[in-house]
Amino acid sequence: MSGDNRSGRSSDNRPKGAEDERVRGEQPVSVAPTDASPHVRQDGAERSETREDKVRAAGLVPDRTTVEQAVGVRHGMFGARGTGDTSGYGGLVAPIVYPGTASRPYGGWFDEVADALEARLRQTDLEAAIHRVVIFRGEITFHVRRHDLPFVAQMLRDDETLRFELCSGVSGVHYPDDTGSELHAVYHLLSMTHNRRIRLEVTAPDADPHIPSLVSIYPTIDWHERETYDMFGLQFDGHPALTRILMPDDWPGHPQRKDYPLGGIPVEYKGGSIPPPDQRRTYN
Amino acid sequence: MSTTEDLYAQPSDTSQGKVFTVTGQDWDSITQGLGDSAEERVVVNMGPQHPSTHGVLRLILELEGETVTEARCGIGYLHTGIEKNMEYRSWVQGVTFCTRMDYLSPFYNEATYSLGVERLLDIEDDIPEKAQVMRVLLMELNRISSHLVAVATGGMEIGALTVMTVGFRERELVLDLFELITGLRMNHAFIRPGGVAQDVPPGALDEIRDFVVLMRKRLPEYAALCNANPIFKARLEGVGHLDLAGCIALGLTGPPLRATGYAWDLRKTQPYSGYETYDFDVHTWDTADAYGRFRVRLAEMDESLRIVEQCVERLAGLEGAPVMVGDKKIAWPSQLAIGSDGMGNSLDHIKHIMGESMEALIHHFKLVTEGFRVPPGQAYVPVESPRGELGAHVVSDGGTRPFRAHFRDPSFTNLQATSVMSEGGMVADVIVAIASIDPVMGGVDR
Repeated sequence: MSGDNRSGRSSDNRPKGAEDERVRGEQPVSVAPTDASPHVRQDGAERSETREDKVRAAGLVPDRTTVEQAVGVRHGMFGARGTGDTSGYGGLVAPIVYPGTASRPYGGWFDEVADALEARLRQTDLEAAIHRVVIFRGEITFHVRRHDLPFVAQMLRDDETLRFELCSGVSGVHYPDDTGSELHAVYHLLSMTHNRRIRLEVTAPDADPHIPSLVSIYPTIDWHERETYDMFGLQFDGHPALTRILMPDDWPGHPQRKDYPLGGIPVEYKGGSIPPPDQRRTYN
Repeated sequence: MSTTEDLYAQPSDTSQGKVFTVTGQDWDSITQGLGDSAEERVVVNMGPQHPSTHGVLRLILELEGETVTEARCGIGYLHTGIEKNMEYRSWVQGVTFCTRMDYLSPFYNEATYSLGVERLLDIEDDIPEKAQVMRVLLMELNRISSHLVAVATGGMEIGALTVMTVGFRERELVLDLFELITGLRMNHAFIRPGGVAQDVPPGALDEIRDFVVLMRKRLPEYAALCNANPIFKARLEGVGHLDLAGCIALGLTGPPLRATGYAWDLRKTQPYSGYETYDFDVHTWDTADAYGRFRVRLAEMDESLRIVEQCVERLAGLEGAPVMVGDKKIAWPSQLAIGSDGMGNSLDHIKHIMGESMEALIHHFKLVTEGFRVPPGQAYVPVESPRGELGAHVVSDGGTRPFRAHFRDPSFTNLQATSVMSEGGMVADVIVAIASIDPVMGGVDR
């Protein structure tokens, strides 16, 4: 869904060539864009310690990001399929575009982290390990090649300029339309030493759902990886005991995947029948 | 798999050892059944319904006499698919689901989710001051009620029943305040993307002031009852030891981390909702054991009272100020009011949309049924819940519903320390160690 549709206007039905325009207009009209102009605080409160403010104060958060990929396409607005949607909105076709790759300088401490990480990776000839950096809303995401994940995590934990000693766990996300990398594993790392937070994102295709385990580096991720396996079917190679954790041991399927139905039965009330939530007509 | 087989209840049997089902009978009758060839090593399944397991936690303990040689947790008995369900509701409705996760600290669940959605919407700086203050007020009251339960149940599990009864007595006072402010004792869905659901009701500030005065008198009673109590100390000191390195490796945050002497508190280090403008201290202890965690919780309740007082002062000067973001494309249009049959839709609002303004009705209908759209991207805004770092990883694909919402629940993470805190200790200390983590299974299993 492009920005214009999101903000309630329907005029944006431009051909795919206008991608740059599309992303520029990605913020809803009602929302202040993360632009390079200094942010005026209404309350005047001092919050200069927070990460985001540092970045914003530096005025270096890129406001233009290049389009990396359109993950999926959104059709129509009202979830109507099969029947006639006479509103005219049913003909809308809009790509789902996620924030694109950021360009240097990233601003604030983002560059310090990226520099230190790149320097370490260069020493070990793993420069290609990080193939994409995304900055969105003052949070930095490093997209890591999956087989390099343990090396990168080890460096992030041990290098004294990085020192991300606490891992807040891994969260799976299933993008069925992201062909070739449907399953994403998202790691949130915290450096208590430097008071910084970063995010690592690793992808694996549905056909080969394997990602190296980080249990030997961050023991805390043991249960988190089990949960992600349980919910998405991601296999964390090297995990000491990758078993289901929340679902019963003999449960078929992985419930958080997008192709797994929510389930439920129709609710009947005074002769009428309401289908379960995942089968109702919904806005999209 | 054939169709006659039951998918969910396959037969299972153990390949080794004898199985005894113990349901409260005399231990001697079991040991007699073992005969002379009895080994000292037994594997005990504790739970998932044991009263000392904080809900439906299953503990699998391998015992050598009375010493625990191995301890493992079995979780998932309270899994309700909250994260999956949230993907089928609008962004605002998500609050109604996630508030039910960690049911002892519902406001934190709501807060971290709402902060994440607000970051995605890029309206973090537009949240009205009064909403921020009310969030802090509710979160700190919630910290008191949550810590009271932690202390109360922890006391009960070691036989200190008075601590339990007084703990729940005081918690009830906090829940009364919640009921007054939000209309509900639990599962409030009060903190929402954009602000909070309602303004402070008349008289609430006076009630909170009275509560603070009462708690200032009663909290010292806990300290007087427990802090130097020789039995209490004998049960807690040195139990469930986990030092700083262990805490960081296992991802423990909250009171267990602060009990190692490290003053890590997200309210200070990465402030949100205006915490940097409040005057409070982060308390630590240096024993890294169950006693230290108890003392940290006790001290934090005092600090929470300090913050609550500051919130009340600020709210007194903010009468009539908005509690929801000004952007009408996001702000929840409906209002609640107290009628003769309890809390319900505001009749004034219904009169407005049904009788006065067609546009207002359309606006209400669009926002309530369709909801607002959130730009594609992901955000993670953790908060310092009573149990540690609670964060929601919210992912949007630009639609009106969360594409994915994952909660990093501190109970889930901290419970991993069960093994390392219990193994090598006595079986009776397992309970103390787990109580000192203060896991809430609703949050663990989600």
